Amino acid sequence: MISNKRLVLAHFWLAFALFGVAVLLGEWQMFIRSPLSGWLRNADMYYRSVTAHGTVMGYVFPTLVAMGFGYFISEASLGQPLIGRRWAWTGYYMIIVGSIAAVVPVALGLDSVLYTFYPPMIGNVFYYLGVVLVVVGSWVWVALMGVNLYVWKRAHPGAPVPLAMFANVAGAYLWAWTAVGAALELLFQIIPVALGYATTINAGLSRVLFSWTLHAIVYFWLMPAYIAFYTIVPRAIGGRLYSDSMARISFALFLVFAMPIGIHHLFADPEVGSGFKVVHSIFTAMVAVPTLLTVFTICASVEIAARLRGGTGPFGWVKALPWKNPQMLALALSFVMLGFGGAGGLINMSYQLDSTIHNTQWVTGHFHLIFGGAIVIMYFAIAYDLWPHLTGRVIQDARLVRTQLWLWFIGMIVLTFPWHYAGLLGMPRRMAFYDYTAPGMFAEGVSVVMSVIGGALLVVSALIFIAVLVRNHWATRVEPETFTFSRAVHEPITLPWALNGLGLWVALMIALTITNYGYPIVQLMRMPEASVPPVFVGGKP
Amino acid sequence: MSGPLLRNRWFVGSVGGTFLLLVFSLFVGFVWLPSAQEDALFKGLWNSICSAAGAPRSWLSPTSAPVTPPTKVSEVVLTPTTLDEPASGGGVGRGATLALRCTMCHGLRGVSSSQTPNLAGQYASSIYKELRDFQSGARPSAVMTPLVIKLSDQDLRDLSAYYASLPRRQTPGAQDLQAAPDIVATGAPMRNIPPCGSCHGRLDSKLGVPWLDPQPRDYLKTQLEAFAHGTRRNDTSAQMRNIARNMTPEEIDASVNYYSGTR
Repeated sequence: MISNKRLVLAHFWLAFALFGVAVLLGEWQMFIRSPLSGWLRNADMYYRSVTAHGTVMGYVFPTLVAMGFGYFISEASLGQPLIGRRWAWTGYYMIIVGSIAAVVPVALGLDSVLYTFYPPMIGNVFYYLGVVLVVVGSWVWVALMGVNLYVWKRAHPGAPVPLAMFANVAGAYLWAWTAVGAALELLFQIIPVALGYATTINAGLSRVLFSWTLHAIVYFWLMPAYIAFYTIVPRAIGGRLYSDSMARISFALFLVFAMPIGIHHLFADPEVGSGFKVVHSIFTAMVAVPTLLTVFTICASVEIAARLRGGTGPFGWVKALPWKNPQMLALALSFVMLGFGGAGGLINMSYQLDSTIHNTQWVTGHFHLIFGGAIVIMYFAIAYDLWPHLTGRVIQDARLVRTQLWLWFIGMIVLTFPWHYAGLLGMPRRMAFYDYTAPGMFAEGVSVVMSVIGGALLVVSALIFIAVLVRNHWATRVEPETFTFSRAVHEPITLPWALNGLGLWVALMIALTITNYGYPIVQLMRMPEASVPPVFVGGKP
Repeated sequence: MSGPLLRNRWFVGSVGGTFLLLVFSLFVGFVWLPSAQEDALFKGLWNSICSAAGAPRSWLSPTSAPVTPPTKVSEVVLTPTTLDEPASGGGVGRGATLALRCTMCHGLRGVSSSQTPNLAGQYASSIYKELRDFQSGARPSAVMTPLVIKLSDQDLRDLSAYYASLPRRQTPGAQDLQAAPDIVATGAPMRNIPPCGSCHGRLDSKLGVPWLDPQPRDYLKTQLEAFAHGTRRNDTSAQMRNIARNMTPEEIDASVNYYSGTR
């Protein structure tokens, strides 16, 4: 029985409302940059929009989804009322205040720092304080997840921690540690300058600290999607999870390998030595291990469901899958996008190949496929699965739900494939202007128009998604069955200590961060010539 | 968990495996790859490790001396706090007295009736940079150089502060970005020309860059052409030279007309 429905719904609704606005901003950006529109007279409007779109989509939206889903998992999997509910609401309100503090100066044009902060560009201090407040609000969630698990474990000595909670707390700890990088950058580099206490900023150090956060944050976004892969989809399609241990190992490996790899974002930065770039490149490649483990385990789980439904033969079982089930559909579409996005990511992670596509539209295409595609479509799936349990009402629009998922998938492919192509041609990302009148640029114009069409499909899909959820609040009342997570083929009776807690993996994560980041950080701290005057955005000279 | 850690297979497997991977990565990144490159910089193991770590050592030392530019370049480094130094007896009042020698060309209150720049309300950082450049010869001028050559740094700061404090004359027309020519509002991205407005006001203002509206038409045109021909060279990183060189005569006229208010 879920007793914190309002808390969970509050997180989800705020997340989806902000998401709805940010989707519109994204489509507007594509439109004004395309040949369909004349050039923007005030280019800063574009950069404001990028900042707002990125801040909402990168920080606020996934954080709120992870938090809401986390609070739900805590109660549903542990079977105990959430401990610290008042604290949870406090964290929620901190995120609201932080978001408002951040978005107002962005709207006023005082913060066009493109959401990854880009020192020495410095924006209004309230933007940074707002982001800090969002992060601190989410740390409340991290603490609560840890506390809830701890209390449960004390009451159930030796019992296997439910997989969903194991993964949920792994995600929380990953977030707690990865956010430290950006927090250090904000507290010791950017905010002192924004407040006027410092007159220079160590741009190299700031970027290294931000890279600490930059890639692992993707795995924090991924966690709810992966939790849904393992603990919702097999149950929803009438099957069983192929291996509980494999799932735990995957989540543990994400902790270890997702964190110490961020310097691959700085391949083109001269401040960091090439040796560390190679090390981070190799560790980035290791992230493929838990990803492939997941693909294997989930495909096996899905096959079990298909064979239970009468599917036979080496491939014949695929036909027996419940393709009309939104969870099945979302999973399949998510995997396709994960595959394309992951393939593109292999190029980004390569020390050599990255130079071809560095800071081009390729990068935009890659992370939109992974985050906007593979991850967000699973956020939709999570919402569709949870909503009846949160509202006590049935979702009636099964067909509309399938249309929405298909539209999102098609839209994302039409949006991102041309970006990859344009990126290979060298089209830079995050630029307000492209001159399509030049002979060599004409072909890129066609691809950008395709992306605008893809973006429009995404807007329609997002509107349908929100409409389905809103309509559910007035739908027929039902008494949903007790929420359950997927059961494994071999349900764990006892677990080795390493797979029943996260201590070992968190320790490895911290140790690897120190080995992979320690020297570059110390080196840059001791390099005073790396400090440069700040460039104030929207400020007066 | 029971028993000593080193006998636990989960501990040994995970920590040992990760450690081995780290050692392997370090070997590849710091020893193998640097030595596999036929790079003139590779001079032994220790140097390869240091270079891969980004720590400059002896492999960097035999470099040639810095090239001295053939012409005088600007030496002014501006930060947002460059002009924050305490007035030390100077300030706006002192600057007003010093400015008496400037009135012949720049007008009694910094508004020129001739083709010299209007200084009333101009950014202090911008005036200060130009004065320093006139003084150092980075911006040669038969008129300005003799006038400022003997002024102290404090004199230049006071003059800048004085002119910045005067009320600026506004032209309503130049406020309207919609009416601005393309070169001002959007630039020409394919020719590496950023919008004039992205530094000189209306879209954004950058440190040390003067606002341009309203300035005398002939002055603006002369300066833009001087940048284009490379006869004026005190722009940081040759920024204005690179921009002006790529501008067509029509674009020069359009931008000059816009900023001088003579549309």
